[in-house]
Amino acid sequence: MVTASATSTFERLDLDCGVTLAPVEVAYETYGTLNADKSNAILVLHAFSGDAHAAGEDGWWSKMIGPGLGFDTDRHFVICSNILGGCRGTTGPSSINPETGEPWAMSFPVVTVADMVRLQKMLTDFLGIKKLLAVAGGSMGGMQALEWAVAYPDSVGAALPIATTARHSAQQIAFNEVGRQAIMADPDWNEGNYYGRKPPARGLSVARMVGHITYMSDTSMREKFGRRLRAPDQFEVESYLQYRGSTFVDRFDANSYLYITRAMDSFDLTQRGTLPSLFERVKTRFLVISFTSDWLYPSYQSLEVVSALRSRNCDVAYCNLASDYGHDAFLVEVKEQAEIVRGFLASTHA
Amino acid sequence: MLDVFGRRDYAIISELIEPGTRVLDLGCGEGELLAWLRDNKNVDGRGVELTGAKVQKAIARGVSVYQGDLESGLEDYPDRAFDYVILSQTLQETRDPLRVLKGMLRIGRRGIVAFPNFAHWRVRMAHLVTGRAPQTKLFPYDWYNSPNIHFLTVLDFEALLEKQNWRVERRIFLAGNREVTTLPNLMSEVAVFLFSGG
Repeated sequence: MVTASATSTFERLDLDCGVTLAPVEVAYETYGTLNADKSNAILVLHAFSGDAHAAGEDGWWSKMIGPGLGFDTDRHFVICSNILGGCRGTTGPSSINPETGEPWAMSFPVVTVADMVRLQKMLTDFLGIKKLLAVAGGSMGGMQALEWAVAYPDSVGAALPIATTARHSAQQIAFNEVGRQAIMADPDWNEGNYYGRKPPARGLSVARMVGHITYMSDTSMREKFGRRLRAPDQFEVESYLQYRGSTFVDRFDANSYLYITRAMDSFDLTQRGTLPSLFERVKTRFLVISFTSDWLYPSYQSLEVVSALRSRNCDVAYCNLASDYGHDAFLVEVKEQAEIVRGFLASTHA
Repeated sequence: MLDVFGRRDYAIISELIEPGTRVLDLGCGEGELLAWLRDNKNVDGRGVELTGAKVQKAIARGVSVYQGDLESGLEDYPDRAFDYVILSQTLQETRDPLRVLKGMLRIGRRGIVAFPNFAHWRVRMAHLVTGRAPQTKLFPYDWYNSPNIHFLTVLDFEALLEKQNWRVERRIFLAGNREVTTLPNLMSEVAVFLFSGG
């Protein structure tokens, strides 16, 4: 698989909040080869804690992207970039504010899912791609896929919003708020000014533990941990969550956690009109996927989008895949998902 | 006559559909018919199917299928969204067949319905001779495990069309692989109707 990794710098990005970021950097990776008429490009959109490293060793969707896989790199040119506000190479709160020479921290402007997508559009324009064959992602990646289809309907051949929603529910906002409060309650957070010092590791770790619970299901936790003990006075599930929390601290910035969860919570396509009215001009094909055991992004949220698309007679396929893995299913329940994604893409033409 | 996956009802439905049209197949299974219509008649097809495993196969085939119940699934589509709405071998399984038929003609210009004829002579004989709920090649189930919840005949369906003031554009009757031309209510196993609103 031909793989490339790069960072592009753009002069400016106008944000929804009215602030202009100048300059702005975006880290991205590509897999496969762009064809001569640039019609085989697929933009893959990562979820909350993902990054540009989607495929290959340790890639977050490595079982979906590669030769002969769901996103077949023998046929398609797959792009994945780190989101705006992130901490894995793209401009975010841990980047240096050129005006002060210090990290932005909490002075970083508020960003939205639409801002993230605007930056991705600048990247695909820079790569010379007029129309993407497809945009695809799960969870917050799925929100970006929906945003793409609504914001740039002529630039997207197909959209694959997976395990996602057009707007966060109270329950989803609630879990994000618990994570934010855990970070901000950690004295090491220090109003966001911890760069070059001890980061709020305990708060960020607790936030991640809560997140992991919401990504699993009762069934998957029973099967994976049950009531098994790791040590005489420690359950397996406790040890697992603590391990996941502590390793997360090494790769994720606490302030990015605050900014990105805010962006997810504020995402609400219906603020721009009813969903059917937003899909009025959309020519994009859709493949919407939900998972039976996903209680964080339940299938009714996918069905809300599907129903709106059908009411506008848009070309939409929808499947509620059976899985016990909860929200994590879009990352791990890949066999059937890969099969339908592959078939759907084979019948999609830019 | 065309052969579409050895399914005579498919072959007939395929012949009824004009090329380049928009088609919705209710209870589309694995999407074989829609894929065939796409590849051979340049049809823009959609499907509705309840069973997840079938939906997955259909989508993997490149057919846009919605996983859901066809009776409530009809409601989302706008008026006249399709040129044809197909209901093949499923009418007798729906809870409210008249509501389904009305929905078909709301969202489509024409409806195509294929159903097993409960008045076929073999069914009549099985009932008469055994004195039990008839079991035949066409209705192979026991009364307690049959998906069929309505039993209708060619005459029943024609009476309904007339009562609703719907126009029959084509009617085709089948027994095995033969087309039936005489006494269809007695001789046909499967009836296919192409009809439109009044």
